[in-house]
Amino acid sequence: MSGRHGIRKSRWLPVYVTAYLAFLYLPILLLPIFSFNNAASTTFPLAGFTTKWYAALWGNTVMLEAARNSLIVGICVSILSTGLAICAARAVTRYKFRGQRATTGLLMAPLFLPEIIVAVSLLMIVLQLGIELSLATVILGQTMFCLPYALSVLISGFDGFDRSLEEASLDLGETAIGTFRRVTLPVVAPAIISSLLVSFTISLDEFILAFFLSGTQPTLPVYIWGQLRFAAKLPSVLALGTLMIALSIILVTTAEILRRRAENRLKAGAAAHG
Amino acid sequence: MVALPGSIDAESKQPLVGSRRWAASDEAKGLTLISPTLLYALALLFLPVLIVIAYSFWSQDYLTIDRSFTLENYRVALTEPIYRDLLWRSLTISLVVSVITVSFSYPVAWFISFHGGVHKNLWLFLITVPCWTSYLLRVMSWKVILGYQGVLNTGLMSTGLIDTPVTSLLYNSNAVIITLVHSWAAFAILPIYVSLEKIDRSLIEAAHDLGDNKVWSFLRVTLPLSLPGVISAFLIVMIPTVGDYVTPKLVGGKDGVMIATAIQAQFGKGANWPLGAALSVTTMVIVSAMAGLMVLALKLFVRRIK
Repeated sequence: MSGRHGIRKSRWLPVYVTAYLAFLYLPILLLPIFSFNNAASTTFPLAGFTTKWYAALWGNTVMLEAARNSLIVGICVSILSTGLAICAARAVTRYKFRGQRATTGLLMAPLFLPEIIVAVSLLMIVLQLGIELSLATVILGQTMFCLPYALSVLISGFDGFDRSLEEASLDLGETAIGTFRRVTLPVVAPAIISSLLVSFTISLDEFILAFFLSGTQPTLPVYIWGQLRFAAKLPSVLALGTLMIALSIILVTTAEILRRRAENRLKAGAAAHG
Repeated sequence: MVALPGSIDAESKQPLVGSRRWAASDEAKGLTLISPTLLYALALLFLPVLIVIAYSFWSQDYLTIDRSFTLENYRVALTEPIYRDLLWRSLTISLVVSVITVSFSYPVAWFISFHGGVHKNLWLFLITVPCWTSYLLRVMSWKVILGYQGVLNTGLMSTGLIDTPVTSLLYNSNAVIITLVHSWAAFAILPIYVSLEKIDRSLIEAAHDLGDNKVWSFLRVTLPLSLPGVISAFLIVMIPTVGDYVTPKLVGGKDGVMIATAIQAQFGKGANWPLGAALSVTTMVIVSAMAGLMVLALKLFVRRIK
């Protein structure tokens, strides 16, 4: 079989890619399977269907408290990191300035650093300043950690933005703020929402920084970490884990749909403009 | 870039009085706009890292920090057998994980780029979804899969392939490697994919027309041109994995402990911040050097076969 570019497609490659996907999805598909299994251990053959592990979650006040903490942290982190990333992405895509590369490099650095070192260094500075560990310190740390992701979503969202639209609006007498609200925002809104969702997802699942910086208020991953020591707690952790994975997948899928819609809108705009 | 001609227009429309005022320049506007984010990163990333470096040259006597310069922490980090072994194992594991991840991911990136057709975005999305789910939960799931009474053992036993559970699956370096390769797969595929997408397809056709077979045209055209992606994939997998904490803790057992456990201990019960700082700095410096060598080796290799 010959491809478009004379690049032949071998027969084993699709098989390999399928196997690779199976390897990627195996762990996240197993959690739901065992969370409905009517046994305290994770062994085959399965022991029958039950929803009792899920039912038990609702009565678990410690878990609900952790979920509330995660929600607070997630909302704050997504707003903060997206806000900071909007400034940076706008600056990078619209203006040229000295030190631009170094600045983006610094903002992207958390991607290339071992997380334990980011966590340890934040812990040191926080304790050094005499700040008590709380959800606020988790929020500060995770915002830093989410910035590279938020920034890449927003840079690709802002990149194709047609500046003449803004100029037209300013020429027609709209104020700078009015232009931003009525011209810029509608075009870049999908990218912004996408960034909010991505940051929220990362914050929800982030463990190391929360583990080091949360003090006495655990987020969901820190709570799960504590439960892992007890074998008897495994089924309820599996149920909770399944819910978290489902939520993550819903959030990223929504973010992806929005991101693609934004991309198409920019493409259509560029095409219409000539 | 679309924005460039526009910005020239805008400036010619509003000629500035006298010499160009810096405050109104693009440079000033750009810097002002990015300053909140920059300050945040300086305060919560750059400054903390500086403090870690400073601490690594100090010493601690119970609860008081002695700020006189010393290299004692580095001596301990590099010569004490326990830290030397942990460091060595962490570096080996991160090297093995990055080589495996990049080589197993390359064909997938290649497939999506060259044969993904109109569904490229969908393929990429499918690949990245698992990596957006909780890392802690995925590691936990591997523990469930590889355990003595785990999915793999009981599954194989119920199909009759084995009689007694295999004990060598969990709590060793191999379990750590499998889990880390799984965690970082998407991070390796994306940069390779991006650089494959940039390759001008006619170059490959030309290689074919000039008589190169599949293997040669890959080695001489595709691989060298996708090298930037391969290099970023290496860096983005190798450097973070060296300091992984969760995976060795959950699936590593006694033989899979890595340096992060020792670093964490210095900030917990052990409470020796300067030593913890020195261990962090040592790890970062060595892994960066190793990554640098890796990049160099890759470049040389590609130049040789070209």
